[in-house]
Amino acid sequence: MLLDGVLTERSKRALAWFAMVGLSLAVVACVYAYQFPGTAFNNMIVVDGFATFFRVLVIAVGILTVLCSESYLRGERAGPGQYYALLLYSIVGQCIMASANELIMVFIGLEISSIASYILAGYLRDDRRNNESALKYFLLGSFATAFLLYGIAWIYGVTGFTNLTEIRRTLMTPETAPSISLIGVAAALMFVGFAFKVSAAPFQIWAPDVYQGAPAPVSAFMSAGPKAAAFAVFMRVFLTAFNPIANRWQPFVWGSAILTMVIGNFAALTQTNIKRLLAYSSIAHAGYVMVAIAADSEIGTAAAMFYLAAYALMQVGAFAVVTYFVRQGERYTSVEDLAGLGYKQPTVAAMLTIFLLSLIGVPLTGGFFGKFYIFKAALDSNLIWLTVIGLLNSAVAAYYYLRIIVVMYMHEPGEASATAPPVSPALSLAMWGAAVGTFVLGIFPSALLDFADRSANLVK
Amino acid sequence: MTILDITLFLPLLGFLALLLVPKDRPDASRTMALAVSLLTFVSSLGLIGPYWFRSPQGFQFEQNLSWIAYPPIRYHVGLDGLSLWLVLLTTLLTPICVLVSWKYIEKRVKEYYAWLILLEFGLVGVFLALDMFLFYVFWEISLVPMYFLIGVWGHERRIYAAIKFFLYTFAGSVLMLGAIIYLYNRTGSFDYSGVVAMITSGRLALTWTEQILLFLAFFIAFAIKVPLFPLHTWLPDAHVEAPTAGSVMLASVMLKMGAYGLIRFCVPMFPAASRACSDWIIPLAITGIIYGALVAMVQPNMKKLVAYSSVSHLGFVVLGIFSFTQQGLDGAVYQMLNHGVSTGALFILVGYMYERRHTLEIAGYGGVATPAPWLSSVFLMTTLASIGLPMLNNFVGEYLVLQGAAIANFTWAVFAAIGVILSAVYMLWLYQRLFFGRASEEVSRHMWDLSGREWAAMLPLLVLMVWMGSYTQSFIPPISAQNARILDLSKAGVDFRVDTRTARSAEVARVR
Repeated sequence: MLLDGVLTERSKRALAWFAMVGLSLAVVACVYAYQFPGTAFNNMIVVDGFATFFRVLVIAVGILTVLCSESYLRGERAGPGQYYALLLYSIVGQCIMASANELIMVFIGLEISSIASYILAGYLRDDRRNNESALKYFLLGSFATAFLLYGIAWIYGVTGFTNLTEIRRTLMTPETAPSISLIGVAAALMFVGFAFKVSAAPFQIWAPDVYQGAPAPVSAFMSAGPKAAAFAVFMRVFLTAFNPIANRWQPFVWGSAILTMVIGNFAALTQTNIKRLLAYSSIAHAGYVMVAIAADSEIGTAAAMFYLAAYALMQVGAFAVVTYFVRQGERYTSVEDLAGLGYKQPTVAAMLTIFLLSLIGVPLTGGFFGKFYIFKAALDSNLIWLTVIGLLNSAVAAYYYLRIIVVMYMHEPGEASATAPPVSPALSLAMWGAAVGTFVLGIFPSALLDFADRSANLVK
Repeated sequence: MTILDITLFLPLLGFLALLLVPKDRPDASRTMALAVSLLTFVSSLGLIGPYWFRSPQGFQFEQNLSWIAYPPIRYHVGLDGLSLWLVLLTTLLTPICVLVSWKYIEKRVKEYYAWLILLEFGLVGVFLALDMFLFYVFWEISLVPMYFLIGVWGHERRIYAAIKFFLYTFAGSVLMLGAIIYLYNRTGSFDYSGVVAMITSGRLALTWTEQILLFLAFFIAFAIKVPLFPLHTWLPDAHVEAPTAGSVMLASVMLKMGAYGLIRFCVPMFPAASRACSDWIIPLAITGIIYGALVAMVQPNMKKLVAYSSVSHLGFVVLGIFSFTQQGLDGAVYQMLNHGVSTGALFILVGYMYERRHTLEIAGYGGVATPAPWLSSVFLMTTLASIGLPMLNNFVGEYLVLQGAAIANFTWAVFAAIGVILSAVYMLWLYQRLFFGRASEEVSRHMWDLSGREWAAMLPLLVLMVWMGSYTQSFIPPISAQNARILDLSKAGVDFRVDTRTARSAEVARVR
């Protein structure tokens, strides 16, 4: 309905700028639709601030990805047609997820998004790593989706509803509420499914292999878009439908948040492949968002929303630089290959430095403000130890991000950076966009924060 | 727009302007950096006025604008007797550092000066911020330029030192961030004065556990920066590996950020906890004084020697602060400035010698007095200032700290005084090994005397050593006035929540 911009474009074999136009129209459509909040299609789809926020976010990630992909695909001599079609298809799925008000829609959106991503992860057919990545992603991903589906079936069985509002009402009323153990099983099954999709521990194992193997722009996309959308449904389902049993699932989210942060950060310490390192860092960042969810409050939801926006910008930005750097056949993927980039390509290196500082959480960047807001929410909900562990984790994280900066500025230029080609205009547009966005969120966060705050009110 | 805003934002503008200078014109970068830093210094001179000596009340040049609407984060800056001289120290040392680096830095000149000027922005901001969030922002901003200064332009083990420096400080400061957020959640405000007022008036009643934990969160961040023994291990690495200007800024200004934070935040906001914890903080400070001095004594590397002497000197500062006496606090603040001047000068001189002879090993020198008499005289004067010779600056600070400590607890003063003696031992011995004896041929060939530029960098510091040592009335009154207020705050809090075991230490001490 509101995604007509995307859908029509998909049917043609869209080229890069065609996709861009489609996505831009989709943003306009989303914002326009926001004027008329409410539900549609038999209460299956909801348009509210929360949905609009995430739809604009995943579309923005899509735009950045398209900008990154253009020169990459040319370098790999891969056909752009199916690529952009799949990308847009995946974005459609995520938009549906973001606005789903009904478990069936959640599932449909998730499947659309995931299946397109499975194919994208293996888009370069002749590349062994691509194939491995796609296969792993597909096998583990469908397993997790099965869990989710089983959870949905279970909840339908015990409550008779798949609509989130109805489920919530059923659970709220003591007469109709089924026994907590039955609901608990359903919630646990769905938790597994979502935790897999957002790469939260202990279901994060797939992420490093998949991100490392997939084409760099696809990794950029996967680590931001589907993740944001999955968090959106995660929050919508758990904070709406399962809100009445919040005190039951909260400890699990709490534990998963700690595990995710610790595993992500400590595993990233020893990585030498930059894509793998960023994959672990993306796991760690999922952990911070889990902290916000564990807070189980409106401020927590708003914090998670803001953080995902800031995270999307810095993560896609960092992957954009990786996309630029790996060159044909993904030859240069080790951290050491970045040696001396600071002097051969000062602008690109400065960009990557900005994204990394933001990932560390240095003030004046979006990453800092996001983290600040998350920990504020957690302290508000009296999660003191979770906050302390999270804060210490972000100090650990500083180490591996700094190592990349060290290599760029403090090592003598190596072969890879000496032969670095000039940056293509589209890619440089993506980097500048992400960098400016990172600073805007860090220095003038008010506008987005206000919107997140207001939207978080509507979520229930 | 006050002169304070100009002083704060000139360096930021300078940083942006430096980024636009073409890469292949290093001299343009140097001149630009010098011009910006001198301009900033001149504008900061405008902060000095007669009102500082007329018992000033509250903050001067206050500016309070909204930055982020919600959560209410404000651009709230202001100056009091505590921050006044620290800001001036920063703005004075930056042009000196530009001069010192003139020939020393030959590669990537533009980037170097850009980071140096950005560092000045962060440091001045730390001392001016009156909004806790803003304070944290500046605190972290100052970290990044220093990380690059050490990591790119340092000596052999620079990368290790840079990362260690960053991680230590960052790990400490995230806990402080947690504490700031916690206070915000309790009070709904990041405003420093507002929160302090709430605490002293008892409107914000923190439980004993809360107070201790919050105190520790702030304290650890500051203690790492000071650095207090045993959290000092990043310091020798960072100082030794940094380029000269980096060591100067690090020793003279960045360490003061920690001590400043202790006085500004820890003592007035958590008075009872401060007093309770002083039971173990003071022994640590005294250990630091003696340990730093002993380790300095056996260093074969002169930069490392000066670095460990900093650990010792900063121990005095912490001792003074936690003696909770007027003299102790005055001495601590004065000692912060003195250390900035004299240790800054020492690092500059060590840098001069390294530029000539390209070694930091003490054994590589000897008999330098013959080929470079002026250099050795200047070094001698700095050495004497550093060991606390009367009429030179450090004497005043150390004396006040010892007096304050003696009022609070005589044993502390006795132990701390050992540090004063040891400092004379290691500094004079260093001087002897560097300058006396017969000059080897190598030394005579390389050790030429001070150039005009080198004089220009040192002269202001030499003048300050004498001035601060002989006419303290130009500097102390604003410091005292502010310290008296902080001491009052720290007592008001204690009286309010009576905890008999903490109030014992320094009530005797209000002799003004």
